[in-house]
Parts: sequence; structure tokens; C-alpha cells
Amino acid sequence: MTADTATGPSGSGFGAFVAEASAAGRLVVQPRMGFGDPGHMRTGLARTRAATAHTVGTLTVDSYTRVGALAAARAAVADGARLNGYPIAAHSPDTTRAVLSGLRGPDFPVQVRHGSARPEAIVRALTAAGLDATEGGPVSYCLPYGRTPLRESVSAWVRACELLAERSAATPHLESFGGCLLGQLCPPGLLVAMSVLECLFFVQHGLRSVSLSYAQQTDAAQDEEALRALHRLAAEFLPAGVEHHVVLYTYMGVYPRTESGALRLLEASARLAVRSGAGRLIVKTAAEAHRIPTVDENVRALETAAAAAALAGAPAPDTAPEDGEIYQEARTLVETVLGLHADLARALPAAFARGLLDVPFCLHPDNAGHSLGFIDPAGRLRWARTGAMPLRPDTGADADPYTSAGLLTALRHVADRYDRDSGDGPDGPDGYDRDSADHPDGSGRPAATPLSV
Amino acid sequence: MKILLSGTASDSHTWNLVYLRLFLEEHGHEVVGLGPCVDAELLAAACLRHTPDAVVLSSVNGHGYRDGLDAVRVLRTRPALAALPVVLGGKLGVVGRRQDEEVRRLLDAGCDAVLGDDLDALRAFLAAGARREVPA
Repeated sequence: MTADTATGPSGSGFGAFVAEASAAGRLVVQPRMGFGDPGHMRTGLARTRAATAHTVGTLTVDSYTRVGALAAARAAVADGARLNGYPIAAHSPDTTRAVLSGLRGPDFPVQVRHGSARPEAIVRALTAAGLDATEGGPVSYCLPYGRTPLRESVSAWVRACELLAERSAATPHLESFGGCLLGQLCPPGLLVAMSVLECLFFVQHGLRSVSLSYAQQTDAAQDEEALRALHRLAAEFLPAGVEHHVVLYTYMGVYPRTESGALRLLEASARLAVRSGAGRLIVKTAAEAHRIPTVDENVRALETAAAAAALAGAPAPDTAPEDGEIYQEARTLVETVLGLHADLARALPAAFARGLLDVPFCLHPDNAGHSLGFIDPAGRLRWARTGAMPLRPDTGADADPYTSAGLLTALRHVADRYDRDSGDGPDGPDGYDRDSADHPDGSGRPAATPLSV
Repeated sequence: MKILLSGTASDSHTWNLVYLRLFLEEHGHEVVGLGPCVDAELLAAACLRHTPDAVVLSSVNGHGYRDGLDAVRVLRTRPALAALPVVLGGKLGVVGRRQDEEVRRLLDAGCDAVLGDDLDALRAFLAAGARREVPA
């Protein structure tokens, strides 16, 4: 199972680090972490490195830099305002080098995470500071996260890939965020397809070390099937010689509000990562339901995930089918897009223009918006509507629009389950034996929580 | 009433906007949704074009105070928008607590209400005709 988790040429850099860890049977864990102040950022990286876990560092960029408002980022730095991330293009390369000095190295790679549809300035800034690993994608950092036209994002990402490939001393690494797509209520077939398509796009523009993402969803067995499909499609579609691994994100949707619920969801994601042969796990903290987490909270999440992964033992034998429904859906989508044009910079916008790719709940004008995901009574994510995508909706699905209460119930499905279930056995609610029909509609709850996802 | 619903300039989040549209429509309002990452100029232009009865700004990325202040200041520079009710809500800072000083500055700049994540308060604000007298 792990044979394809990290393949390609050996070398130095982010991808090689994960490959070596996988070969040694260790899950790499990584925080989401960014602070505006360089000293604080350095402390965060130092504590990540020192955590009792096999870690890589993260430098998450602030939202002003992400949307290209570099003047606003510089003004915020000048004002001493607290930003929600590290403004890598507002600080000088020397400042960033000083943040990294003595911390980043072959035994502690650092990835820049940003969320930008126009990432050239970020890529220039990170390579100027000697960094060579980042993430995102022309679709996954455009459609769900802003108003940049998709064609502009694609052009920007072509240049960003080329910049990253040209300016990195070692083997640069690029991770697709395609396995997230709004974080929840997108059925896995589209998540898997988008990760594969974006990594193929990266390879077309010069990258030789990539990772394919998938975000934990509502059902552990379905997630395991999706991750196995992702491994298989990566092996089938990425050219030989391209180093790749699979990265799992701990649940990205509405997070449990209880400490124990948040902890058990994180542990479930660590076990899922090990069972399904992911090389790396990006963790979440309990605090993220309320605010930007502290360094301490991040370290605790890393150590919790690492401990859960270590206890999970070796990857399970292939119990989930790797050529099941998710594989078939994802393969159909990938082949449909590649059939439009061999050059994905042309094929991806064309696919969205025709609705052949259609992200549920995505407000972006370049997304058709005719698809709809839902959680079936067994807790699996399925298609209520597929629009013009070459996929069949589930028969018997309720294709009525959501009410606000119905949407909240769906968005809180995982959080409610983990907040409610307590004192389960070691497998907790991510096991296969839960009472999946027992999902109260949440109508007794005040409908007053913002959705910070 | 006709409500213009918008994210703030640096905020990419959309589930809050998807949810709020449904919530507002179910309360009988007509909603014009601008989506995420709406800067102050775009917001002002949309207000002039759509002539809403109230503006609901939702922010959850921690830059809400700063982005909201920019937005309301620009709106108040346009004579046609000087009296347009504007409410800002969500998770407005990075620390997870209400910042009284920031709220005061937003109100001074012309925000009619600064709410947290309490939808009952939003409902009350709109039901009262979106006037500044309603306690924020």
C-alpha cells in the first residue's frame, strides 16, 4: 500500500523528507501556523521543530498578502497591527531568513501556505528567502476563495509554477489544495479528481515534486476509499520520475466545540492517515473553532496527532476498494478534462465554463453552481445534483434546496457527532460500528454560530 | 427589505455568506450577494447600483475590524450612501473576544451596528428597521 506514497527521485527538499519518513513508517505532521510578527513566527517554527513528533514547519501568509493587497500588509506591519499570518512579501528576505535561520534545514523543511489565486509575489518572496515549498493551485485557490477570474488565476499559477521551478536551489515542492474545495459537503470524487488535475498542471509547468491533498470528510470508510483512489490515480496519471505523496488534512469544516470532540476528531484523522498510507497530515487545533490558535495549541495538536498515528501501527491491508465508486468518478472527471485539451491551462477553465467540473456551494462566477452535495442517512457524502458533470446523482437524493437550518445541520454534522459522542472505545466515532442513523436535526440549537470555515 | 450581503476585502470565507443568504431570505428579505473579498470601492459601487435598504457585512478571518473600518469609511464618503444602514458581524478580530475600542471606532466611522456572531441580534437589528438606536 505504501509503495506509491512517496515515489520518484531521491534528493533533498520537502518531498524527499516526507518520502524518507514514509519509508521509515513515520507520519509527518504539520501545523497551520502564521503570525505577523517575525519573532513570534520564529518561536512558532522553533516550537514546531521541537515538538515530540516528526514535523515540518509552516509559514502561513496573512490575508492581505493572500489577496495581493501588499500595501495594506505593509501598512499593517508599520502600524504594528495583529495580522492573521506572516506577511512574507511585506517583510524583507533578510527578515524571513532570520526567522528561519538555524531552524529550517534538511531535517526540518518549511512550507509556505497562502491561499492566493495570484501567488507570484508570494513565490518571489519565498524563493528570495531561500524557501522552496508551497501549496495551492489554479482552481483550488481561486474558485472557493475570492473573485479572481479563473483564467487569470490559471495564468498566474502558470507563472508561479515557473518561478518556483526556476528560482529554487533544491527540488521545489508544490502541494495541491484540490482535495479541500470549501472544506465540506463536496463529495470525494471531485476532491480526488481536482488534486490529480492540479498536480498534473504543476508537472506541466516544471514541478517534479508534488503532493496530492484530501480533506477528511464525514465518513471514515468513505475517506479511506477516497485516499486509496487518490494513490492509485496519482500512480496512473503522474509521469514516472515525479516525486509525490498524499497529504491528508484534518477535518476542515465546522469543528467540534468541545475539547474532547476536537481531540477525537484529530486523532481519527491521524489514524485515517496511517490506515490509508498518507505521508503527511496537516492538523487542526480545538481553538480554530473560535480564533487563530496559539503556538502552544498547535504544538499540542501536533503531538496528539503523532501519538495517535504511532499507536495506529502499520497501514491496514487494502480493505477499502481502490477501484470503487470514488475511483471511477474521479477517473471519469480527470479523463473528461484531459479530453478537452492536453494543456490543463486551457482544459481547466474550459471544463468549468461547460460545467463539466462544478463545485457545490461555490459562489464564484466562473463556477456553474448546479451541483449539490448532501450527507446520506449513513453519514456518507453523496451527490444530490451533478449539473453537467459526467457523473450520476444518487437516486433518491432530496434535490430540494437547503433551508438555513438544514444547511447548518449538514455543516455541523461532523462537529455534532464528535461533540455528542463521548467515552467511545478507542476507535470512537470514526469506527465503522457507530449508530449512523442517530443524527438529531439540531433544531434545538440556537442558530447563531458564524461559519468560520 | 432589500439587503446587500457581502464579505470583507481580505476575507475569503463563503459558508457564512451561503448561510446568511438563506437566513435572510427566510426572514422575508430580498438578498443581493456580492460574495467574498469585496473591497471598499467595489462595495460602494454595488450599493450605488443596487440601492439596498441595508448592508450586511460578514467577516470571520480576523481582519474584520480593519476591513470593516475601511469599508464603512468609504461608504460614508458617498453622499448617496451617507445614511445607508450598515451592520458588520462575525468574528472580527484574531483574539476571539469583542474589542470595545475597535467597536467604538467602527461606530464612530458610521457603522450602525457591530455584532458578534449572534443572529438574534441581526434579526432584531433588521426587524427594527436597521436603525442605529438598536443596541449593538
